[in-house]
Order: sequence, then structure tokens, then C-alpha cells
Amino acid sequence: MATATPVSRKKITGGSFLIEERQLDEVFTPEDFTDEHRQIAQTTDEFALKEIAPVADKLEKKDWALTRELLTKASELGLTSVEVPETYGGMDMDKVSAAIVAERIAKYGSFVVTFGAHSGIGTLPIVYFGTEEQKRKYLPKLATAEFVGAYALSESSSGSDALNCRTKAVLSPDGKHYILNGEKMWITNASFADVFIIFAKVDGEKFSAFIVEKTFPGFAVGAEEHKMGIRGSSTCPLILNDCKVPVENLLGEIGKGHIIAFNILNLGRFKLGAGCVGGARTALQDAIAYAKQRKAFNTTISQFGLIREMIADMAVDIWTGESAVYRTVGMMDVALSEIDKGSPDATRETRKAIEEYAVECSIIKVWGSEALDRAVDATVQVYGGYGFVEEYPAERAYRDSRVNRIFEGTNEINRLIITGFLMKRAMTGQLPLMPAIKRLMDEVLGGPSMSETPEGPLAAEKAIVANAKKIALFTAGAASQKYMQALVDQQEIMGALADIIIETYCMESAVLRAEKLAERGAELATAMTQVYVARAMVTIEAAARKVIAAIAEGDMLRTQMAILRRLLKYEPINTIALREKIAARVIEQGKYVTA
Amino acid sequence: MKILVCMKQVPQKDAPLKLNESGTWIREDVSYEVNEPDAYALEEALRQKEKHGGEVVVITAGPARAQQVLREALAKGADRAIHLEDAGFVGLDAFNTARAFAAAIKDQPFDLIFTGLQSDDYGFAQTGVILAELLGWPHATIIMQIEKKDSGIRVKRELEAGFFQYVDMPIPAVLTIQSGINKLRYATLIGIKQAKNKPMKKVTLAEAQSALAPNLQQIRRLYIPEKTKKTELLQGGAAEVAKKLVEKLRDEARVI
Repeated sequence: MATATPVSRKKITGGSFLIEERQLDEVFTPEDFTDEHRQIAQTTDEFALKEIAPVADKLEKKDWALTRELLTKASELGLTSVEVPETYGGMDMDKVSAAIVAERIAKYGSFVVTFGAHSGIGTLPIVYFGTEEQKRKYLPKLATAEFVGAYALSESSSGSDALNCRTKAVLSPDGKHYILNGEKMWITNASFADVFIIFAKVDGEKFSAFIVEKTFPGFAVGAEEHKMGIRGSSTCPLILNDCKVPVENLLGEIGKGHIIAFNILNLGRFKLGAGCVGGARTALQDAIAYAKQRKAFNTTISQFGLIREMIADMAVDIWTGESAVYRTVGMMDVALSEIDKGSPDATRETRKAIEEYAVECSIIKVWGSEALDRAVDATVQVYGGYGFVEEYPAERAYRDSRVNRIFEGTNEINRLIITGFLMKRAMTGQLPLMPAIKRLMDEVLGGPSMSETPEGPLAAEKAIVANAKKIALFTAGAASQKYMQALVDQQEIMGALADIIIETYCMESAVLRAEKLAERGAELATAMTQVYVARAMVTIEAAARKVIAAIAEGDMLRTQMAILRRLLKYEPINTIALREKIAARVIEQGKYVTA
Repeated sequence: MKILVCMKQVPQKDAPLKLNESGTWIREDVSYEVNEPDAYALEEALRQKEKHGGEVVVITAGPARAQQVLREALAKGADRAIHLEDAGFVGLDAFNTARAFAAAIKDQPFDLIFTGLQSDDYGFAQTGVILAELLGWPHATIIMQIEKKDSGIRVKRELEAGFFQYVDMPIPAVLTIQSGINKLRYATLIGIKQAKNKPMKKVTLAEAQSALAPNLQQIRRLYIPEKTKKTELLQGGAAEVAKKLVEKLRDEARVI
């Protein structure tokens, strides 16, 4: 289906959502998918439903042969090499396609993790940082899953602070090898992977990355961890005991390993967010199916208001998550489309274009992983006692979801990235946040102003979003005034500011998408957006109050609270009725729908 | 071998259906998918091409949305597509659909034409057979297997009660394909990418109009069977009630 408003090719500055208003044609939504995108979604959906889901129980028992077989099958369809250049046997498709694959393959948690570790963090370091030789040697085999990839950064005593790693690399006397010594922890795919991206400090000082094959002497894999969830994925330590790595397998430059380490996580985050949205879709479908057949008090429990409320909220989250994910990847694709793929700088430019949206990517990682946790929690609740036993899908999904808030940068680290990155951009003038904060302060101190009132079915929500942006700027401005550069050390305030920023971005994404859809009638989309905005404002209000109360007291506190109250002024909407409308439709359809 | 596969877009199997206002068909606002038997017909055509070489062409009739069926077929490996594009093609009966197809492929030589055994929506199971008649070709239905011979083809037909029939027939011929005779492939990402550049010919309703005639078949009324539950208490002594019960089970419920 063609979209009503074509997507413009205007490049958008990362993080600018707090200070700029977006036109509808600047926002990419799932409704803007091309025929190709839809087909990729269909292929991935079918593959996950027909090939992965039926063998989930076997995979859960750590059947690595079957896991590898599925990776090979996925690679035959091209699913493992969406982001690998064509020259090296990949599909070289846009980031929207990569997000679609990540979202649609997510029907069984363990395989999602295996798949992501292989095609994402296991393969992309070579795509983005490898030499021509390294790319030629490894990428074609990774693309076909003849080689399975893995990524080894964490150690027992360094996780989020990966730069403190103890693994050492020393050049051999003949200058032909680096000799690696140390231990890596929590390495996904370790049991059956062939190629590992391993981080170590050259001479104990210079943080660097290496491509290590499992056959290199001195390389060993430890025992499987006993995990809370994703038990069908492999997680082991690696033991490097005088492991001989040929010098040509140094990845990137000596001492520049941190660029690889952090970038690869940045580059992968949007897919984690997309995968979480996909997982929530499955959870909702399970919850509806169960609620429709389970009877209590002579009726199916899908008739009960409190059950319907949970189901509606899951749909609202999926709607909002999709909106934020595809808006973000859409912006990336516009930025990436300007890069000449033939130029020698192409990979560096590509990295830069994705980094531009580091804040947005962290937002969808944090928000997506927390939304999936809400969804699987609600599914367990809908199942009642059956949700608590292993025979039903709710229990496993509940356990599998939890790790998403921990890996690829904990949600706490990502919250610090969100606020910190924006502040840094503001300080360096890359993003004119400071002038915007100043303008806002002048405006609010000058008393109520009559700005233009938005129109249309989502007029109230548009006004709320505009005010939420002001709340973000206001609280961030007040906090940086108080702490100046030392704000980065105030983690609780940084976190609360991140919450305001996250919710603002997500609800704006939902509002823009619903508006875009409104041109052809979007009653359900509008309802889901309205419910989300109402929910987000509760979070924003609590976070804003927390920040203000922490940084001001006495008269100052009263003045700032007066300003905040003005920005928080909006009429409550009947979310019970809206949720009822949403629940009725998704229960009837048996799955998440947008119309 | 040059093979034409006739395909149809039908409402998704698990989609809740609503009747249109006139109560003659379902409402348009449902999700659609490829008619399942047609998917097997396409798969069989692709396999024959892989074995013997040639070309696979896909054809469908329906509004713009029906193009999705052709795109999917192209992504799976069909070489080109013909789209009879108009919402007016939706209401055609099997005779007229066959006439429209016959007109659209006039002057294009094919060795074989495949259709699915029947459509998941109307379920006429006639389009292929009538098309064969219009072209003056032989046909065989419920095909389980196709083997190329020097003189033509040998096909295996499914009969009832586990019996099969083997038929040697000349080509060109029309075959209607049974579901489940092969394993369907997925559209690969590379296939999806390449499909964009494959030719898709459009045929308008006006171009096909002269071949059409008034529908011979018509759906007067469509309704969703109502679930009814009635409880009746039989009165009287045990023997009398037993007798009434047997009568009811025999004459009304017809279970004994």
C-alpha cells in the first residue's frame, strides 16, 4: 500500500527532537514500508514461525547442532547478512530491513540472542573496522553461517567499564603473533562459534580488538552458565592461555579498541529495541489466545475489564515501540543514503551516520527492553497459575525477556548515555540546546504565553508533546545550572532526565505516526496514541518533580514547581474507554493490529 | 518448459470475516494472502523449471492489492508476471476468469498451465478446467506429481480412498495442482531484491472486456451460519421418554 505522505529525504540531526518540530513527511513509519520491506517481514515471520518456534523446546535443551542448522537455514534466506556488503556475499540492505528482520525473527528469545550475536556483534566489527583482507577472509563465511561469530568484551570484573579489562596481548619475539592471556565472561555463542572478536590490552595498556578463531592454539571455551533465561543460547567464559593470534588479525588500530567496542554496541542497539517489540507482539498474541479460551465465572476471561486493560496496554506499547523504532531507523537510512558506497571513506561515514542517532538508539533499547518486560509480565498475569508453570509459553518468555535490560549496555548505562550525550552535544554547540533552554527560561519566567494551538484529532496530544519537550529542557537546564559540568556525576538526576527524554521521544513518535495515518482514518491508532501519551505523562511528571525537588529548595523550589505545573497542565482523558476500544479490536483479531 | 501459473489473492485463513452491505461477499478490509493451492502450483512450476529449464510466468486478476501475490511469486523465482488489474475482476465467475486469462495470454506459447486445485475463498475448482477447454488443450486435475516424458508428460492424480491414477498426456496441457505435493520455499532476501527488476505486464479491464460475457454464476446471498442451541425437556414416564428420545435422535438429529 502506498503511503499518503511520501517520506522526505531531509537529513535530521540526532537528538534534535527536543528542540525541533517534525513535519509528517520527515517521519518514517511502518506504514511507509516498501513492498520489499513487507516481503522481508513476511519471509522472516514465516521462517520464525515454521522453522524456529516448532523446535523451541529442543533448542531450549542446548541442541547446538540444531541451532547451527537454523543459522544456516536463516543465512540461505539472507537473514544473517542483511548488513553485510554485497561484495562479501551479503544483502547490503537498508537499516529498516535490518530492523524488520530483528523484529520479526523475535519469536523465541534464545534464538534471537544467538542470531543477534552472530549477525550483529559477531559480524559487524569486521564489516565496519576490518581490513580488506579480513573482510574477504571472514565475511563470506559469516554471511553463510559456515562460520558462527561471537563478541567477547566483558570479563568477570569488567562489564559496563569494559576498558578496565585485564586480558593482555603481547607481541611475540618474532613479531608474527600477539600472545593473548586472560579470561572473558558471558560470551554468547561461545560453545559453537568459530570466530570471536576479542578485546585485550596490548602490553597491558593499549585497549585493542582481535579476530580470534577457535582453532588458534591456547584458545579454550569454559563451561556453560546456568542462566535465568535464554537457556537455549550458549553463554560461556573464554580462557586464553598464551593464545597465538596472527598479527594480521588485529582488528582496527592498537589502542583504538574502545572505538570498536562502543560503536558496535551503538550500532546494534536499534535492533535490540526492534527485537523487543517483536517479542511483545508474540506475548500479546499468546495472552489473547489464552484469554479467549479460558473461562471463569461462566465467561471467557477476555471479557473482564482488568484483563482487557492489560491486553490494551500491550498493544499500546507495541504501537509506540514500532513508531519509535522505525522513526529512528528511517532517519538513519536517510543519512546513510547520502554516502557513496564506492568511496574509501564509506565505512567510516556509515559508522558516523549511525552514531549520529546514538541517543535515539539508546532510547529504543531502554524503552523496548522495558516494554517487553511489561508485556511478558502481563502475559504471565493473564495466564494466572498457568503462567507460573513451565508447560506454558508465558513462563519462558518472562524469564527470557529479563536479560534485555542488562546486555548491550545496561539500561542504567544507556540512560546516562542519553542525557550525557545530549549534554555533550549542547556544550560543544553541535546541538543548539542551550539557546533553546534560555529561550524557554525567558518564556516561562515571563508568565503564560499564547502560542498557537495545535489542531486536529490529536490536538491535545500535540500540545502535551510540545510541553513535554519544554519540561525536558526546563529540568535539564535547571539541573545543569545547579551542577554545571558535575551533572554527569549526579546519576539519579541524569537517569530521571533520561526518563523524561525517553518518554518524550516515544510519545512524539506515536503522535506523529497516528497523525500521518489519520489522513486515511485511524481510530484505533489514535486511541493507542492517546493512551500512551496519558501513560507517558505520569512518568514524566514523576521524574520532573524528582529532579526539581533535588535541585531547588525554598522559594526557588516553589517558583520552579509553579513553572512545572503550568507545563504539566492538561485535561485528563478517559483512558478506560480508550483501552476498551483497543482491547475489543485486538481481541477480536487475535493479534496486534493498527486498524 | 514454459509454464504459466494462475494465482489468486484470497482473504487470510485466520482473518475474521465480515459480510459486505449487500450480503453477497465479504468486506474488503481484511488481510489477504496467496491462495494456498496456488502456492503449491507455483512451487511445482519452479521445480520443473529447475529440472528442465524454461520460464515461469505468473498471472493474476484483481485490484492493485493483488499485485502482492505476483511480487511474492517473482521473489520466489518466477521470471515475469501478468496482472489483470481492476477491482472488476474480483466478481467474475470461473468462466469469465478463465476467459480473461485466455485473452491475456493469447499469442504467448506455453507448454503447461498450472492452477491450484481450487481457491480458498470461492472454491469453484473450475477456472483451470474451463481455461483448458477455451484453449482447446487437455487437462488433468488434482495433480500429485509431474514427470516429463519424450512425448509429453506423465501425471499422478489423486483419486478417492487412497487410490491414484497415472495419466500420460500430451502438452500443451492444463494441470490443477493439489496442495501439499511439495515443500514450499521462502522468498529469499536476494530474491526479493531481484524481483523489483522483473517485468510485470498490466492488462486493464477494458482490454479484456471483449472476451468477457455476463457471469453465469451469481452469489445471491451469503450468510454466516448461526450457532443455535435449543434445550428441550421430554416429559412423561421413562419408557415414553426413551421412545421420544430415539425418535428425535433418528429423525431430527439423524445420528442413529
